[in-house]
Amino acid sequence: MTAIVGINGIGKSTLLRTLGKVQPPLSGEILVNKKPLEHYTPLALASEISVVLTEPIASKNLTVLELISLGRQPYTNWIGSLDEQDRHKIKAAISMVQLEALQHKKCYELSDGQLQKVMVARALAQDTSIILLDEPTSHLDLYHKVHILKLLKHIAHETKKTILYTTHEIEIAIQLCDKMLILEKDRSSFGEPCELIRQQSFERLFPSDTITFDPTSGSFKII
Amino acid sequence: MNDHKKHKAPFIVLGIILLLCFVINISLGSVSIPFTDTMKIIFGTEATNNSWQYIIWNYRVPKAFAAILIGSGLSLSGLLMQTLFRNPLAGPFVLGISSGASLGAAILIMGSSLLGSLFSLSFINDISLAIASSIGSFLVLFAVVIVAARVKDTMALLIIGLMFGSITGALVSVLSYFTNAEKLQQYIYWSFGSVGNLTWNQLLMLLIIIFVGTLISILCIKPLNAFLLGENYARSLGVNLKNSRFFIIIATGLLAGGITAFAGPIAFIGLAVPHLTRQIFNTTDHRILLPAVLIYGAILMLLCDTIAQMPNSSSVLPINAITSIIGAPVVIWLLLRKRKMIF
Repeated sequence: MTAIVGINGIGKSTLLRTLGKVQPPLSGEILVNKKPLEHYTPLALASEISVVLTEPIASKNLTVLELISLGRQPYTNWIGSLDEQDRHKIKAAISMVQLEALQHKKCYELSDGQLQKVMVARALAQDTSIILLDEPTSHLDLYHKVHILKLLKHIAHETKKTILYTTHEIEIAIQLCDKMLILEKDRSSFGEPCELIRQQSFERLFPSDTITFDPTSGSFKII
Repeated sequence: MNDHKKHKAPFIVLGIILLLCFVINISLGSVSIPFTDTMKIIFGTEATNNSWQYIIWNYRVPKAFAAILIGSGLSLSGLLMQTLFRNPLAGPFVLGISSGASLGAAILIMGSSLLGSLFSLSFINDISLAIASSIGSFLVLFAVVIVAARVKDTMALLIIGLMFGSITGALVSVLSYFTNAEKLQQYIYWSFGSVGNLTWNQLLMLLIIIFVGTLISILCIKPLNAFLLGENYARSLGVNLKNSRFFIIIATGLLAGGITAFAGPIAFIGLAVPHLTRQIFNTTDHRILLPAVLIYGAILMLLCDTIAQMPNSSSVLPINAITSIIGAPVVIWLLLRKRKMIF
């Protein structure tokens, strides 16, 4: 599990959306399983990469169950009927994110945080080897943030998935992530959180006259 | 899937209502024919009155079938547009598609005198009218799609649709100004909308157009469902955006354009029926909504036509007036109950 961090406007979301083929690359090349991203058909890519974006979904009239079921689309037949395996995966995704109680609610009845959990569940139901999440926990309280991220980490380790997410909660990311990518204007550092702390990468993130980084506790201090 | 079982009952009820409406529609009209005789004539038993038989088979039954086809097709095109534009207020009439068809028809009917001998009057037959209004509706539809890609705001899109309507309306006015009285009358009658006066041949053509449009829509059910999440999510689910959008637009244009060609611009059915259907079925799944919208649209159109006939009187109201009187309050009512307007 890898977190992408950086200051506002540095291009975290842009990077993530480009990796997910949501927007065209500005430059460079992206390889998925050693194959260029643009060589994938939309359908082939859909069984490799699932995304959770920050943009709102178009129809809030979907029920939670309907929304999560849509995650199975790459695998269903021409009209989209679910088979035994699909339903099993959907159920598993719902129980992993603990949405059983909400599954028959309409999306407009949910809070922003609950909706984020639903979107994570949908990505899990899509069952891809790569999951890209754009600020997946921004509306959640601390407990649910940690719960979702721990769950993602567990899934990443258990099923050997690659999970990449952008976040502003650097302190949580330091504690939970396997790797981190720090985006900066002229350089980017990538590595294990401890290693990045040693390289003093976090100190450079914010202007040192307002916020400093304490390497021993792995947290930021306000001056 | 247990979902399908849950929706079985409303489908059966709707089916029965449709049948009832069909029977009511053909048993009522300007000439009063006893109900038992109507049934006898339909089931082929010897009729007591030859002119009754003629009225029913050559006037009322084709009209009822036309109402079913038109109601279903318009409602489906409304559903497709609401999902495609992700806009609860989208519909063939609101977004100017019907106006585009009107312009096509107007140019054909009235413009022939301006364009000279290129079109002779005899050239104006059903097929050329259908082609002209389909081209008109496709042109507006493509213009709306291009604009929709640039503006994300739903309200802006609707206003642009209204503006397209105004532009085509203005062009039609210019044409009417220069045309002769006879052609103007022909156009105005067309623009009132009518489900009657269709021959069995015209009905067959309408049936083919609507069948093709419906078939394409059925093949698009999966992308339509994915579009409920928005285009970016739809793409991430493996939907080929370009193709899907293209086919949905083709289906919408065929349905709205073809129907407008034969029946004139008919307001509000396309906008109102998908919402009314969502009230009953309480789902967003197009596998359920698509057939439901077809049936519901047919029912509503049959009812509107029955009212327009003003049973037992010799006058017939323009169908467009009836659908507007019924449709517009429905839309207002839906807007007031905002939650339900979420598509």
